[in-house]
Amino acid sequence: MNAATFQALWSHWRRHKVQLATLVMGLALATALWSGVQAINAEARRSYGEAAALLGQDQLDRLEAPGGVTEAQFAALRRAGWDVSPVVEGTLASGLRIVGVDPLSAPPQPALSALANDTEALAAFLGEGFLLVAPETAARLEAQDLPPLRPSADVPPGTAITDIGVALRLLRTDRLGHLLVARDQPMGLPELADVTTLRRVTPEDTSSLAQLTDSFHLNLTAFGLLSFAVGLFIVQSAIGLAFEQRRSAFRTLRALGVSLRRLMVLLALELGGIALFAGIAGIALGYAIAAALLPGVAGTLRGLYGAQVSDTLSFDPLWAASALGIALLGVAAAGAQALWRVARMPLLAPAQPRAWAMASVRAIRMQTAAAITLLIAAAALAFWGGSLLAGFACLAALLIGAALALPVVLLALLRGAALLPRGPLGEWLVADARQQVPALSLALMALLLALAANVGVGTMVGSFRTTFVGWLDQRLASELYITTRTPDEADAIRTYLAPRSDAVLPIWSVGITLRGAPATIYGVADDATYRDNWPLLSARQDAWDRLADGDGVLVNEQMARRDGLDLGDPLQLAENWQIPVVGIYSDYGNPQAQLIAGTEALAARYPEQPVLRFAVRIDPERVPQVIDDLRERFDLPEDALRDQAEVKALSLRIFDQTFLVTGALNVLTLGVAGFAMLTSLLTLSSLRLPQVAPVWAMGVAPRQIALAELARTALLAALTWALAVPVGLALAWVLLAVVNVQAFGWRLPMQVFPGGWFWLGLWALVAALLASVWPVWRLMSMPGGQLLRVFANDR
Amino acid sequence: MTARPLTALWVTLWICLAAPAGAQGFAGLGTDAEGFALPDAETTLTFPEDHGAHPEFRIEWWYLTANLRGDDGQDYGVQWTLFRSALAPEAGSGWKTPQIWMGHAAVTSAQEHRFAQKLARGGIGQAGVETAPFEAQIDDWSLRSLSGTGDPLDAVELQARGADFAYDLTLQADGPLVLQGDDGFSVKSPSGEASFYYSQPFYDVTGTLTLPDGDVGVTGQAWLDREWSSQPLAEDQEGWDWLSLHFDDGSKLMGFGLRDASGGHFTSATWVSPAGEVTAYGDGALTLEPLETVEVADRDVPVRWRVALPARGVMIETTPLNPQAWMGTLFPYWEGPLKFEGSHSGRGYLEMTGYE
Repeated sequence: MNAATFQALWSHWRRHKVQLATLVMGLALATALWSGVQAINAEARRSYGEAAALLGQDQLDRLEAPGGVTEAQFAALRRAGWDVSPVVEGTLASGLRIVGVDPLSAPPQPALSALANDTEALAAFLGEGFLLVAPETAARLEAQDLPPLRPSADVPPGTAITDIGVALRLLRTDRLGHLLVARDQPMGLPELADVTTLRRVTPEDTSSLAQLTDSFHLNLTAFGLLSFAVGLFIVQSAIGLAFEQRRSAFRTLRALGVSLRRLMVLLALELGGIALFAGIAGIALGYAIAAALLPGVAGTLRGLYGAQVSDTLSFDPLWAASALGIALLGVAAAGAQALWRVARMPLLAPAQPRAWAMASVRAIRMQTAAAITLLIAAAALAFWGGSLLAGFACLAALLIGAALALPVVLLALLRGAALLPRGPLGEWLVADARQQVPALSLALMALLLALAANVGVGTMVGSFRTTFVGWLDQRLASELYITTRTPDEADAIRTYLAPRSDAVLPIWSVGITLRGAPATIYGVADDATYRDNWPLLSARQDAWDRLADGDGVLVNEQMARRDGLDLGDPLQLAENWQIPVVGIYSDYGNPQAQLIAGTEALAARYPEQPVLRFAVRIDPERVPQVIDDLRERFDLPEDALRDQAEVKALSLRIFDQTFLVTGALNVLTLGVAGFAMLTSLLTLSSLRLPQVAPVWAMGVAPRQIALAELARTALLAALTWALAVPVGLALAWVLLAVVNVQAFGWRLPMQVFPGGWFWLGLWALVAALLASVWPVWRLMSMPGGQLLRVFANDR
Repeated sequence: MTARPLTALWVTLWICLAAPAGAQGFAGLGTDAEGFALPDAETTLTFPEDHGAHPEFRIEWWYLTANLRGDDGQDYGVQWTLFRSALAPEAGSGWKTPQIWMGHAAVTSAQEHRFAQKLARGGIGQAGVETAPFEAQIDDWSLRSLSGTGDPLDAVELQARGADFAYDLTLQADGPLVLQGDDGFSVKSPSGEASFYYSQPFYDVTGTLTLPDGDVGVTGQAWLDREWSSQPLAEDQEGWDWLSLHFDDGSKLMGFGLRDASGGHFTSATWVSPAGEVTAYGDGALTLEPLETVEVADRDVPVRWRVALPARGVMIETTPLNPQAWMGTLFPYWEGPLKFEGSHSGRGYLEMTGYE
């Protein structure tokens, strides 16, 4: 009996193959987008873990000094008995990250396991030297002029581990980056502070990559969730429709004696089977999406945070299982309402298709109430939230609230449109559109979400970019930036440049611990370059004078927000150094606290701090010549000299790459929404015969009906787009003024780009029209007899 | 003749690039040197210059063992070793120096064997040997001359430190340096492998051991070996058993047996009178017979020996202070203090390598 009943139920899908395909594809898409994003996040996190564990640096204390550690400082510590091991890190012009270690003193670590049990390899490592690299990196580097490569699976991608002597040579420096302090030290050592002036930093002090990149991944996750939600709209509409169309079948089965319980179980099994199939398809698709997007994400993370993330995706069975789980959960969520309706359906209720729409009218009323509640909640969260989680909750409430409000707003607009004087066909068009809103509402909601997300994210990225470019122009005022390796070299270059440039401005910094968190104090010279260009958000009139007098500091916006600092607040920078805040400046993209003090004030407190970096004011046209001269005269490495244009181009490239993924997800979401439109219209086209047949019978040409159909879809899409723009702007505002402040500590001025909305509207129209072409064609190519039969079946 | 600080040869093997395919264990050491200097019998050792490093040779060591008695009434043994191993026959400088240094230190009591290891490269001030004033050093471990006149090694201070021990000893020699073999040219095998080798076996020791339970004042005797070479082992030699013995009457005996693949023992011995007169004995004069084997670090090691040198009327049995004196270092071996009874009595040190 089960088999027979199931066959009866399944026959619906056999007759409605497109509907089945819709359901499967919708679910697969939802699962794919969600699990794809999860896979990207997991891969990135795995890479961070690897990178941190590379040298046991995730656990061991470090000894550091700005400008690096000298060989003598290292030797002095060793001779005092301290078990410390040097590390030098740097990046070659090719982008290859070099990590130099001393295998003789290095703590045990996976990356050096290749040497631990292979004496010949160790001898070669110490002797002529070679680079340990991931196999994928080895393939990329083959043609380059580097020491021999040896593949090792324990090395993160994009990184080469080599002996410290080789690394220092490749990086053309004589300074060590930092020293790792072994956890177990010999007994009875002298105090570290008595042996060295280096600063001991425990791992908690350094912001780990995972923390830094959390916000980025949160954004990705939010996008994944949004895509999943949009996908579920498709699933729910498909399931709802299928159940509605099978009402008569349910009634017949029940009348034939199939118990409600059995019917429910069989329907649940049917949905479960579909979910399983769609879930597997979704996993495959999600893997493909993730693999396609991962190089971009990896590039972004590399550029933004220096995080090394593998370009290639590994397959994790746990991930697949969770993706399958989310697919089943999604179907359960989308199908629950339909099953519940079947359960409550009176046995002999008339199987009328309109019942679906009617039920939806009642649902729309409840939906409106929910929408109003959610929008109020969103507003409340935006103004009183105060955390990143509240920011995302606000986003969710805003989007869901707006989506839920869509049908009722559309109905009101169409009611208003009906008042406009029109011919009979026009009136029918509007009335028919209204009649369709409940049925199309899910698809339209998906479209609204996709459009709003597009407008919102577009506005955010655009605002960010405009501000960022302006900020770069201000902040990178000098024409040339130089990083030297030793104080002697710095002096020599400074002396050389003095008569050949307008100004040589020292850039130097001191790392301190401020209120328990790491902070950097920069010393700036009293120069018009800074006075005229540095972007201050708020400042005292005499801020630069007081800075020059050593009577004030500037703090970055992140620090001001985090510590609740305002102009005039005193700041305890060191034991005997309290100084007021005289200005707050914008410092986009920097996760840490930063301060600016006058050169002299800083030099007085930290006299041993070497000044190794300079900004040079010079005629822009002379920059390439000066770069060549300096490089030749001082044998400077590739990355020691940066001209302003290069830095700007690099910054913008990094910036654009950051939002590459966002853009890709935007397009995907819009695609999913378009697909939702298509499926809804397809299913509607067969249901709408009773509405179309009379118009046809009254003599309206099929071509005209077709045009009317297209016009109606266009009208609905246009209205949805019109509503999506304000929702998108609200979304952008929440992103810029709430989420960004909470996630990064700075607020961006919002700028609107109406040109983009126009194009988006056009795309929405195109998507909607494309989605309606096939359904309309199907309706129009229907034989007249079928339309006539509508009247025969008329109740 | 010595095979004693041959532990260091392991270091060579470890770092040595030229080990022929298939060569395992010590066998790899018998290969030809590549550009490294070879000892020759014509060379006369000169001091204090030869207390310093010889970077043109592949391997070298400063090897010190001490038998001590604590003011707590307990016996102790102390080891301090600095090995030099060169990847290339040049001193070099900076991080790219081919000179690699390794230090081993240990304190042995009847209950505990504590040891530590240090690795460093030369050229950056972390490890090395200076001759004026004399100091052999790796990190904070040092063997430093205290003598203002005479040979720098006549009086030295010895320091080392590990996770659970430290020591600071003053060593005063009451006898001359002893040139081993033919005026310091020490032939090692019938096929002619050799090394430069001299010793200072006449140290009186005073000082302090720092142990987890507190400081212990100690006094006793110590023995320093200096050796450098480039290819000191024959290819078929697998390991050795080595002894340095302080007789109660002031005589010293150094003896070893090299075990070859067939299980045979190639033995050698040097008798040093209380005045420092040296008599060398070739293969077969000394016999070594294991009396008791114990399990140490998952292997069987013969820790008690019957040692016979009939030419001197010596027939003794040794007993280790601590049978578990295992050096679980990069290249593990057994090294610990012992007492001996029989025709003569006294104290000494035993080293055994190659027990797998």
